[in-house]
Amino acid sequence: MKLRTLTLGLLSASTLAFAAHAESITIATVNNGDMVRMQTLTDDFTAKNPDIQLQWVTLEENVLRERVTTDIATKGGQYDVMTIGTYEVPIWAKQSWLLPLDKLGDDYDVKDIIPAIAGGLSVDGKLYAAPFYGESSFVMYRKDLMEKAGLTMPDAPTWDFVKQAAEKMTDRANGVNGVCLRGKAGWGENMAFLTAMSNSFGARWFDENWKPQFDQPEWKNTLQFYVDLMKAAGPEGASSNGFNENLALFQQGKCGMWIDATVAASFVSDPKASTVADKVGYALAPDNGLGKRGNWLWAWSLAIPAGTQKADAAQKFVSWATSKAYAELVASKEGWANVPPGTRTSLYANPEYQKAAPFAKMTLDSINAADPTHPTVKPVPYVGVQFVAIPEFQGLGTTVGQLFSAALAGQSSVDDALKQAQDAATATMTEGGYIQ
Amino acid sequence: MARAVSTQHKTIATAAAWIVALLIFFPILYTIITSFKSEQEAIQGFNLFPSGTTESYTAVEAQSGYFKFFLNSVFLSVGSTILALLVAIPAAWSMAFSPGKWTKDILMWMLSTKMMPAVAVLFPIYLIFRDTGLLDSRIGLMIMLMLINLPIVVWMLYTYFREIPGEILEAARMDGASLWNEIVYVLTPMAVPGIASTMLLNIILAWNEAFWTIRLTTTEAAPLTAFISSFSSPQGLFWAKLSAASTLAIAPILIMGWFSQKQLVRGLTFGAVK
Repeated sequence: MKLRTLTLGLLSASTLAFAAHAESITIATVNNGDMVRMQTLTDDFTAKNPDIQLQWVTLEENVLRERVTTDIATKGGQYDVMTIGTYEVPIWAKQSWLLPLDKLGDDYDVKDIIPAIAGGLSVDGKLYAAPFYGESSFVMYRKDLMEKAGLTMPDAPTWDFVKQAAEKMTDRANGVNGVCLRGKAGWGENMAFLTAMSNSFGARWFDENWKPQFDQPEWKNTLQFYVDLMKAAGPEGASSNGFNENLALFQQGKCGMWIDATVAASFVSDPKASTVADKVGYALAPDNGLGKRGNWLWAWSLAIPAGTQKADAAQKFVSWATSKAYAELVASKEGWANVPPGTRTSLYANPEYQKAAPFAKMTLDSINAADPTHPTVKPVPYVGVQFVAIPEFQGLGTTVGQLFSAALAGQSSVDDALKQAQDAATATMTEGGYIQ
Repeated sequence: MARAVSTQHKTIATAAAWIVALLIFFPILYTIITSFKSEQEAIQGFNLFPSGTTESYTAVEAQSGYFKFFLNSVFLSVGSTILALLVAIPAAWSMAFSPGKWTKDILMWMLSTKMMPAVAVLFPIYLIFRDTGLLDSRIGLMIMLMLINLPIVVWMLYTYFREIPGEILEAARMDGASLWNEIVYVLTPMAVPGIASTMLLNIILAWNEAFWTIRLTTTEAAPLTAFISSFSSPQGLFWAKLSAASTLAIAPILIMGWFSQKQLVRGLTFGAVK
């Protein structure tokens, strides 16, 4: 009897100890397809780590950015893992807001991460965030409309070809626009596209001494080309179109070409959602023969805030979610086409993935063609292809985005928009102490 | 003849009211319709006739359990309303029945706090919540919702109480009623319709509040506003799922509003027409 009581007592004590030991980590993320899929697959993680429970907080991108910034700046400690992008990582790492990821495990194979992506997520050689999925931008085009226009899309088109094709493909009477591009104001909306495009025109945000460059001819060429192209071949009301609006237009067959995130390829080629799924071709983002293409580089990544009390458990989770094994897990449950793209070189060497994702090679080539440390033709003092990794950029980028969006809508001229952008950038940089 | 004209007027007025009501309700109706479409149907332009699939509801429930968010919404809206009434009834009573020199100014000042954009005090409030351990707690959020709706509750009750003749309360006092008896047996029964409509309106306001409820919660205290927000996607068109999430979030309050519309309208128009 005594023995039974003792055994029972020991058992309950160990259960209690186990329960007390089980820790829960909170992960903040966005509602993108790959993240949603990860949430459905976490049984695999909890089976391997029974002492760690996962709590998810899914938020709209802008709200997420605002919430995690507030939390990390005030050391609120609400999150143990955060989903952030290549813009935040270098800035936050320099502020010591993030923990370096040095305990990802022996079999993690850091070297397998695509170099361009790893470079964007590292500061002083240390990795501060692990990429969950990476993307660049490229041209998605309608093969049938291109053929009808009597043209053949090269693998690496020039802007002049894009303009020529867009004008020929435009058939407004039948609701077909030659090209759909972002116009909605925002540093991550139209400015992501326009900054990447400006790189291929040889433009830059700042010179080596942080002097704003909107008064230079390269920016004038970029913005004038963009406005003219959209006037001739863009959809109506383009100044309020972002990623989702253009996605809807393309899927409904209303765009001949769409230059946007590589991740869109999986949407436009999905017959369940797209009416043109079997007619889509892909090409690299256009260039102007200056040695740089107009494509960007972005990676939604998992980072650990310095204020967390559960750093070890958080690293275990980050390691699981961004490992090669996770890619295999997704492939076994939902097929290779649904594996998060753009993070690991080994994925692109996998013949099964190449077969399942016809856009795989073009995605990898696009990612490799972007260099965050040398984004444009001339040298720059900043890091970032479609953004400038300084804290002031969110505000400044959105202000300039509003000016350029107004120029697209015809509310101001290209010259006025550039002049105002130059003034706004000069004021911000003077205030920030970058220039006198 | 006069009768004919008045009938004609009545018909026009009714038709106009229907059109206006339909215009106002249409976005909600279309959200409900879209929730019964597949994702492909949802993006294929305007269509009032869905295929009737419930796949979005299944997907939404599988992605994030509705019930926990729903319970938090009920707890927060009802809790903050009760808390607000406990503070506002004595305040409105004193302002209505024994107004002082500054009563009007205090009322105006209370209302003016509603004119300040909430984001202006985000950081101080966030820091207070962090230091008092109230981040992501139902109690903390309940107090916050009570505070932001308090001016409206006080104003509504004040307007309502003002309509009650002070003589009745005086008569009660003459008959020897104590302050407690006066409030419980005389004032409250007369003010029940007003309190009820204030309560209903406040529940709706708290239910729909989407600034603080998203910013001060993470997992434990997150209500339905956070639930909807989690279905908005920067990359991907999930309109049917978003509509299903929205329909699930507004359904309880819509049903409650439907059953209590009489009290709501009465409360909102009280004092407007004598």
